[in-house]
Amino acid sequence: MGDNSAPMRVSGPGAAAVLAAAIAGFALGVLALAADAIPALARILNFWNLTGPLSGVTDIAIIAWFVSWFALSRRWVGRNPNLQRVNLAAALLLVGGLLLTFPPVMDLLQDK
Amino acid sequence: MEITFREALTIVHGMFFGALLLLSFAGSAIGLYAISASTNSWTPSLSQRNFLSVYLAVMALLAWAAVLLGAYAIYPWYRAHPPAGTLDLTGYPQRLLLSNAATAGWHDIGMEWKEHIAWLAPISLTAVAYLFAHYGTDLRFHKPLRNAAFCSTRAGLHRGVCRGLLRRHAQ
Repeated sequence: MGDNSAPMRVSGPGAAAVLAAAIAGFALGVLALAADAIPALARILNFWNLTGPLSGVTDIAIIAWFVSWFALSRRWVGRNPNLQRVNLAAALLLVGGLLLTFPPVMDLLQDK
Repeated sequence: MEITFREALTIVHGMFFGALLLLSFAGSAIGLYAISASTNSWTPSLSQRNFLSVYLAVMALLAWAAVLLGAYAIYPWYRAHPPAGTLDLTGYPQRLLLSNAATAGWHDIGMEWKEHIAWLAPISLTAVAYLFAHYGTDLRFHKPLRNAAFCSTRAGLHRGVCRGLLRRHAQ
């Protein structure tokens, strides 16, 4: 339990959770744009026909989330990474992912 | 008054899971702030800490339930393709929206964006639940992590509000 003395846990695991969530968001954006731009990829990502390419986009984004969370947790176990840089990277990845999923931006990048 | 099965499931998706999730954000924001404020912070008892931990976990579960139900049950109904020659598109919402230039944008913005950004809410809320479960009151000593927890919670709220508004207008 926390008290007013020095922190009891290193920040590594928390940083891994934050950055992994952001990586998932960015992966979602990249895959959404790619599926929209490349019909062949959209067919590949059609893991479940009723949901369409969204099923593959989201499944792979979640896999990327788990893999990155596990990898970052292993890398930062027992360590205190630079949280300012982690938060900045996470913010940029999340904003990037949000923009890439925004249809007007998707159309702009595809010159539609 | 009759409600079809599809309408009932859509209500569960939006008005139960979704609305309950949106309502829960206020409590999570207050709890996280009270515990992790760097000055005059609240030191909860073990049971209070566990309650907030469960609260945040339930929020993440609500988000997952809403998103999974939406993507794998309701979204297929939305994007269903009508048989050739169908004139009445009321049973095919995506086609109905796209059939009119005045409403096509609601598909683009209302549904195509929503179906993707919705997934960021359960992911970020899971991270928040983990952060609190792992660090608890120690969050007050990790200001960047505390800020990340607040931002993730707030971002989840924004996405939830966007989802609700976009879906409402697309209908």
